[in-house]
Amino acid sequence: MTPSLHLWLVPVLPLIGAAINGLLGKRFSRLAVAAIALTFCGAAFAMALWVALRFSSLPVPLTDYVAPWIRAGNFQADFAFYLDQLSLVMMLVVTGVGFLIHVYAVGYMWEEGGFYRFFSYLNLFMFFMLTLVLASNYLLMFIGWEGVGLASYLLIGFWFTKDSAAAAGKKAFIVNRIGDFGFLIALFLLIKHFGSLNFAEVFQKIAPMNAETAGAGLLTAIGLLMMVGAAGKSAQLPLYVWLPDAMEGPTPVSALIHAATMVTAGVYMVARSHVIFDRAPTALTVVAIVGTLTALFAATIGICQTDIKKVLAYSTISQLGYMFLACGVAAYSAGIFHLMTHAFFKGLLFLAAGSVIHAIGGEQDMRKMGGLRDHIPATYWTMTAATFAIAGFPPFAGFFSKDEILWRAYASPHGSWVYWLIGVITAFLTSFYMFRLWFLTFFGEYRGDAAGTQTHGSIHAVGGQAGVSVPHEHGHGGIHESPKIMLVPLAILAFLSVFGGWIGSHRFEMFLAPVFGEATRLVAAAPEQAGQITGMEHLEWMFTAISVAAAALGLYLAWLLYQSRPQLPQKIAEALGGFYHAVANKYYVDELYAILFVRPVVDGSTRILWQAVDQGVIDDTLNDSADAARSVSDSVRHMQSGNLRSYAGWVALGAAGVIAYMVWRGVR
Amino acid sequence: MVPLSYYLVLGGILFACGVTGFLIKRNIITIFMSIELMLNGVNLSFVAFAAQWGKLSGQIFVFFVMVVAAAEAAVGLAIIISVYRTRETLNVDQVNLLKL
Repeated sequence: MTPSLHLWLVPVLPLIGAAINGLLGKRFSRLAVAAIALTFCGAAFAMALWVALRFSSLPVPLTDYVAPWIRAGNFQADFAFYLDQLSLVMMLVVTGVGFLIHVYAVGYMWEEGGFYRFFSYLNLFMFFMLTLVLASNYLLMFIGWEGVGLASYLLIGFWFTKDSAAAAGKKAFIVNRIGDFGFLIALFLLIKHFGSLNFAEVFQKIAPMNAETAGAGLLTAIGLLMMVGAAGKSAQLPLYVWLPDAMEGPTPVSALIHAATMVTAGVYMVARSHVIFDRAPTALTVVAIVGTLTALFAATIGICQTDIKKVLAYSTISQLGYMFLACGVAAYSAGIFHLMTHAFFKGLLFLAAGSVIHAIGGEQDMRKMGGLRDHIPATYWTMTAATFAIAGFPPFAGFFSKDEILWRAYASPHGSWVYWLIGVITAFLTSFYMFRLWFLTFFGEYRGDAAGTQTHGSIHAVGGQAGVSVPHEHGHGGIHESPKIMLVPLAILAFLSVFGGWIGSHRFEMFLAPVFGEATRLVAAAPEQAGQITGMEHLEWMFTAISVAAAALGLYLAWLLYQSRPQLPQKIAEALGGFYHAVANKYYVDELYAILFVRPVVDGSTRILWQAVDQGVIDDTLNDSADAARSVSDSVRHMQSGNLRSYAGWVALGAAGVIAYMVWRGVR
Repeated sequence: MVPLSYYLVLGGILFACGVTGFLIKRNIITIFMSIELMLNGVNLSFVAFAAQWGKLSGQIFVFFVMVVAAAEAAVGLAIIISVYRTRETLNVDQVNLLKL
């Protein structure tokens, strides 16, 4: 028995920070608020690092039991945290990237109103996210799952006086509910058939079961329902619509929640439940198809977006699609590997985009940027690293993980060349829209009006409504580089984006093998494929070359269209006509959902629930009975004339009546 | 011996007189006396039955009624005096402040 690891401290530390800042932060200075938030978040990171350093000497997987929670009959769900290779990786990514983004946010949010509120929410998010990845049973995981949704809602609507931000927060929350519904049903099925939600117990019971090869079965149903939950949280088709709108939140939030960590929760959940998915090939196929289609679909939308953050949002959806593709071909470690590298470079992209936005006074439209390379060199270089990483150029981090996914999409027994082909097309599109962003932002002539005249007011005017605007300490005459506190996290993430992939997908897979080992074995067990894999090494190199070529082609095309001949995109757009408009308007999916789902609900609520049921039945029942009582009383009250003799008359009449009745009865 | 029915008819007539007086008179003292008349009508039938059946309980009940009537007269007259002092009238139709 090893001494307790106190694993519970990792999630609880940020919770303490959130509580202190949330309850008392209003009275603290900004410095104190920032210090508290960073201390507790940093402490969680330090704790995670300490666990990681001791990891090799720990008897994993280990469960750190904290307290009993629900015990009903044979069912048991406790506050307990679970540590294995998978949760270690997730814990390090969440605390590490989270801490860096906290540091960045101190600089980015310094002049905003509600500073303490922001950091309280951010720490609260860390608590829930760490609960999600460290939970030892599905129910505790669900607490984290819902909690990050709450934190996401609070942070998207952080500038709640802005209508669009408040609406975006609601949209994110409501769309997530649809996914959570599926997840909950999956949990109910698990309880019903396995009597437990503990990972260890459930997986132990499922392990001896055979794969459901012929169509549907219990595990397939559970897997599909879990995928519904994952699609909601991780913004996959058809529930992705909330993520682009979530960009209404402050940029550090977009980086932390809507790029690096929360949206990857679905991938983590699928990977964590791989025992179930391994035995449900139909569910796996659905995961792969959803992932592939989402990757392609979101990438095409990303091409036509003009808002720098929206491009990154669609890019995030697309990259999440890659992760699901990896999970869908049972290459879980490749998915988690991409999750990790994506956290680095996408976190960095958002932070750098925030730095760009900060530099030119709150402008997010790329058409009004350009030529910023010389003005903000540090941001430029870090963004460059991230762009090359996401496009998949070697030796940047994204290359290793994406290449591994594409290879597995083809080579895995669950794979197919269709997945690979769509994946490569998506890689090309990714490279194209990312370099489009890069060229539009940093090269050419500056097309905005921030230089010289515009002050820094506009970016903070929004936040200023929610609190008091504080004068900036450094001058805001024109385009300016961000303060050091924002640049240092950028530099660290840039370092990770460049070198983070050098761990190598193979070594990463070996590290995660104890978790996914069974999956690998099941995969290898498919006999007709096993021999094939060994003889395909030259093919793998060819595939790598093709995906790098696709990335290079994307770079060339972006250079051609947005650097060399900037008038071309306009002509192409005109030539494409209707198709271009469909893509530029995000395929009208929001409008379609509005007609199909939102309008019926709103109209039904208005006409039926509100006007017919609430007003017509509930209110009217009450009002009518009150009116009836009133009119009856109105007619009867005239008996109360105040005339003594009339009262006496009534009494006499009544007495006569009673007597008459008794006499009549007596006669009978 | 006078038959029972004579007493009962007389008691009924007395009671009816009391009720009629109560309903048609406006002077509060007259109304008051009408109440006494009704009580006496009832008393008469009580004692008539007591004599008929040779039971004492009817007569004892009459004593109770008389005691209560005396107490009622004391309280009632006091109320009438105070009503007259405040309202300066004994007409019940004008004592109707409780009317809605």
